[in-house]
Amino acid sequence: MAIPTEIPTTFLLGRLDWNAVPQDPIVWAAGVVVAIGGAAVLWMLHKHRLWGWLWREWFTSVDHKKIGIMYIVLALVMFVRGFADALMMRLQQVLAFNGSEGYLNAHHYDQVFTAHGVIMIFFVAMPFVTGLMNYLVPLQIGARDVSFPFLNNLSFWMTVGGAALTMMSLFVGEFAQTGWLAFPPLSGIGYSPYVGVDYYIWGLQIAGVGTTLSGINLLVTIVKMRAPGMTMMRMPIFTWTALCTNVLIVATFPVLTATLVLLTLDRYVGTNFFTNDLGGNAMMYVNLIWIWGHPEVYILILPLFGVYSEVVATFTGKRLFGYASMVYATVCITILSYLVWLHHFFTMGSGASVNSFFGITTMIISVPTGAKIFNWLFTMYRSRIRFELPMMWTIAFMLTFVIGGMTGVLLAVPPADFVLHNSLFLVAHFHNVIIGGVLFGLFAAINYWWPKAFGFRLDVFWGKVSFWFWVVGFWTAFAPLYILGLMGVTRRMRVFDDPGLQIWFGIAAFGAVLIAIGIGAMFVQFGVSIRRRDRLRDETGDPWDGRTLEWATSSPPPDYNFAFTPVSHGLDTWWDMKRHGQTRPKAPYRPIHMPRNTGSGVVIAGLATVCGFALVWYIWWLAVLSFAGLVIGAVLHTFDYARDYHIPAEDIRATEAVRDRQLAAHPLARGA
Amino acid sequence: MSTVHQQAPGDYWDVEPHHHHEGASTSIGFWVYLMSDCLMFAVLFAVFGVLGGSYAAGPGPQDLFDLKLVALNTAFLLLSSITYGFAMLAMVRGNVRGTLGWMAVTLVFGLLFLSIEIYEFQHLIHLGAGPQRSAFLSAFFALVGTHGLHVVFGCLWMVTLMIQVRQRGLTGANRRRLGCLSMFWHFLDVIWIGVFTFVYLMGMVR
Amino acid sequence: MVWLLPVMFLAGCKAVVLAPSGDIAARQAELLVQSTLLMLIIIVPVMALTVWFAWRYRAANRRASYAPDWDHSTKLELVIWAIPLLIIVCLGALTWVGTHLLDPYRPLDRIDAETPVGAADPLPVQVVALDWKWLFVYPEQGVASVNELAVPVDRPVRFTLTSASVMNAFYIPAMAGMIYAMPGMQTTLHGVFNDEGTYQGLASHYSGAGFSGMRFKARALDDAGFDAWVAQAAAGNETLDRARYLELAQPSQSVPPMTFAQVDPELFQRVVNRCVEQGRMCMAEMMALDAQGGLGLAGIANVALLADPDARGTARPVLGLPPFQVTGICSVDEQAAMLASAAPLVKAPRDLSPMRGRGLAAPQGILGQRPDPDVLTRTVPRDDAEQNL
Repeated sequence: MAIPTEIPTTFLLGRLDWNAVPQDPIVWAAGVVVAIGGAAVLWMLHKHRLWGWLWREWFTSVDHKKIGIMYIVLALVMFVRGFADALMMRLQQVLAFNGSEGYLNAHHYDQVFTAHGVIMIFFVAMPFVTGLMNYLVPLQIGARDVSFPFLNNLSFWMTVGGAALTMMSLFVGEFAQTGWLAFPPLSGIGYSPYVGVDYYIWGLQIAGVGTTLSGINLLVTIVKMRAPGMTMMRMPIFTWTALCTNVLIVATFPVLTATLVLLTLDRYVGTNFFTNDLGGNAMMYVNLIWIWGHPEVYILILPLFGVYSEVVATFTGKRLFGYASMVYATVCITILSYLVWLHHFFTMGSGASVNSFFGITTMIISVPTGAKIFNWLFTMYRSRIRFELPMMWTIAFMLTFVIGGMTGVLLAVPPADFVLHNSLFLVAHFHNVIIGGVLFGLFAAINYWWPKAFGFRLDVFWGKVSFWFWVVGFWTAFAPLYILGLMGVTRRMRVFDDPGLQIWFGIAAFGAVLIAIGIGAMFVQFGVSIRRRDRLRDETGDPWDGRTLEWATSSPPPDYNFAFTPVSHGLDTWWDMKRHGQTRPKAPYRPIHMPRNTGSGVVIAGLATVCGFALVWYIWWLAVLSFAGLVIGAVLHTFDYARDYHIPAEDIRATEAVRDRQLAAHPLARGA
Repeated sequence: MSTVHQQAPGDYWDVEPHHHHEGASTSIGFWVYLMSDCLMFAVLFAVFGVLGGSYAAGPGPQDLFDLKLVALNTAFLLLSSITYGFAMLAMVRGNVRGTLGWMAVTLVFGLLFLSIEIYEFQHLIHLGAGPQRSAFLSAFFALVGTHGLHVVFGCLWMVTLMIQVRQRGLTGANRRRLGCLSMFWHFLDVIWIGVFTFVYLMGMVR
Repeated sequence: MVWLLPVMFLAGCKAVVLAPSGDIAARQAELLVQSTLLMLIIIVPVMALTVWFAWRYRAANRRASYAPDWDHSTKLELVIWAIPLLIIVCLGALTWVGTHLLDPYRPLDRIDAETPVGAADPLPVQVVALDWKWLFVYPEQGVASVNELAVPVDRPVRFTLTSASVMNAFYIPAMAGMIYAMPGMQTTLHGVFNDEGTYQGLASHYSGAGFSGMRFKARALDDAGFDAWVAQAAAGNETLDRARYLELAQPSQSVPPMTFAQVDPELFQRVVNRCVEQGRMCMAEMMALDAQGGLGLAGIANVALLADPDARGTARPVLGLPPFQVTGICSVDEQAAMLASAAPLVKAPRDLSPMRGRGLAAPQGILGQRPDPDVLTRTVPRDDAEQNL
């Protein structure tokens, strides 16, 4: 699509007109697919009269478990989009040789790699991790919900709003062509005059508000809502990593927000923060965005370190080796992650002393990370390892991640970085840690906690198919990129002139296809398991012989999580209970105080999204109206004082009676 | 830590109704929010620190700032913090009228502060020293403007809360909200002291 | 990665990063390999142990011991924190030294492992990243070229870089590492080619639509060849003055190489200072004025709308004023003096004695041999040498 240099604006629609629809058959095809899929979903919902159910039970829910699941559904949907982008890039790069331009023009290709990065980080990894923490943290600390249940719902819908805006850019207008961090001056109004960067900005800002609020919420939940007896050093390790991650979220997302606000001002008002002239300084943007960006990496990986710790302890049937040093290592990483941002741009020429300082701080992070790896290793030592799917993902993680960690430390050596920066070696490195660390951990988590969330296990056969295609596919796709990086090939290239490189891109593309099969197998696994749920049913609530409190309640847990508040006397509280033959108290049930569902979150986030859209397209009347509506909506929400209700003791008795019958049918299930 | 405690049965569950104190997390939650907000200001201060001397051959602080006006403004905001303190004291005594009265005084001071700030901005833009003229002015408008925007929302919140206190009196929920607004208002005061020192005073001696 | 090594050898002849021509790139690659080996000391055992433990302690193997409550060992914990720490201490030392020695701003002290740098100054080349091509200006030779770099082999080259529009990075993998080229700023890179040949040069930081085509050939020629290349360039009839430069700076893609016989000697400094256009105030002037507190209220009037508001890089922000520029107030002579005074040439360090702490003996290899039997490092430092970096 040719971008008009002078974009006419109207009062009613701003700069939105028919030219905003991309003139690109690929986009049309994607549009048709999305439209058919969307229509099918809507028709199914309509046919089964699920609208009311969805609205009452899910969209307006303040239950942390349901919000957690909705986050993960959002992440999976966006993952399909982000992966489609990856396939398109691989295909373009394998085709664009020997004078061929490939099948994507620069305008399209540059959007694809930008969208891939933005979507995978902000709308796949973040919601996945947030969803996991949402689901698990209250259960692990023996709480009935998070500290601020309404905020939780609002955070989720803000994240959805940001994702929706990003998706909309595919069909209306364009997305940024700047790379996922949108460095100015390229992302300034002079070099990106059309709507792409505005979509980027408002998508991230709206989702970012959600992330910050959710970070505050979970942080306070962990600090204030722990079960009696659960001191900080008795918290499950996943909860510890969640705590550190949320500290990082609260401590870094405001930096992102402020930085993007300044970029917004540059674009809309013409300020000179990051411009070339009149005193602006684009290097400041690079510094600020990476002050957020590097801790962001640890926001993503830390909770997964927690997942691996839980999985290893469970499937080795053994206490986690070195709990205390694991905690200290996590805290060390949290603090150090703030002191390394400059390693993302050694090549800016900051001078040898600055570069070596940041290089060495980066290397130091590998010490606590290495300690963690050893802790998992020695948990496996003298254990009885059951190779269920979560454990398989964990072993694959350990073998993959150490390589990614090694190449990461290599990139922290400034002279080496001077030859590897912005190369495909770098691309291979961060995929190695993000796929091998974050994604493998998320798959371990899905397989591990699915029975808790839905009451039945996932099918093992399709899980193994997915596992092997993923692991082999990952190495086939990214090992060639390491090699290409050492051949001096840099990232974000659309065409190549050295035909000798094509074979490597061919192998990488084949790897991407293997990964696609792995993803397909995962969805088949979900489908097959749902169909065979009766055979895969787990009624004990503790299918893996778990150690932490989420396994002490039924699967799926009741709305109130625990009829009675558990009391902790040490690490691995549930393991402890089982060991002492503890049984659930049967009476006296008392009414439980719970937060009430509310639609305010959907409304406020919806208005925020409309406002974002209006700002992207310069539709000022709509922006003003929706913003005013947002403020009024928020104020009106505060006039609602009746935000809670009590679950009657009768209902609890009935729910717990079902649980009693389930347990009676499984006399071998330990504990109770 | 790894020793297994021998516990009597029943010790693992709290059968007494667990009093989850309502709103127990609100203060700490709001504190954490304020700290995150503080980081946004930290970024804006840092940006001002980097760009504060880039006048692009245009006017600098000495040419633009009217310290007397800013001192008056500062006085308004500091006084509003004191009057909000009186509102809180009235709240502790359970005096609804006193609380509302002092809140109204605080609101007036807040609005006076905003009026002077809007006048200052309008004056600068009228001179031609708007946020586009130089990086220094961009950073100045962003930092002071963000603070002003916070005061706007503080005033809006104040009005909302006054209506709620009138409607429902000093209930537990309203006391919690008054406490949060108190923290917010004093926080803005602290930030302003930073702005006044860092931007205005140090700008004049630059 | 380990299993990839054989594959690497297959590709060996093409892995330019590991087998470059230039001494700087070679030393960077050397450091890369050393760091990798250092880390493999711990990576390989960890991977082996992972596989071994996973196999040995599988649930089916009832002969393996099982200690479900064993979760702590102070000795083991000391080891698992200490070993990575020790490796990082070694790597940190390597990094500190390597980063300082191979800093792109540091003038070269040697041509290659055997040859110290001669008396001749490095060849200055001024590099401007344009949308989307590279401009090379040879101030000593008075010629310029686009998308073609020619330098004499075995002579250090001192690149000074800037960009006309957005951030970019300059990278010749066979010569030296990359460095950013940024608008309104100047960076420096030192490098040398040790073998004749034609090498790939590229833009390695995404800069917009024409980024992929922003490649050039870097030709390392012998002295005669370089002189011939310069003579050929000087024989052309195109002159690169400010007007021609502004024309050249317009966006264009996959530009074929071209040369200019004459160059405005102020051009590069004007690009860095963003005052190629007529009437625009140079940044050096602006910064000098700002250091004195700006131009006061008078400075508000000292602006003019851009001559070409539709040019790439300028757009009217929707809620703001149209883009404008500050008008320069220096006289022509003052400007010339200001632009000529910028950036003195830094001389290469001449002290080539081995790196060592003050008063310490030269380092010995673990077998009592010198780690690198290299002519340079055998030079005994002067007694009064304060430091030798």
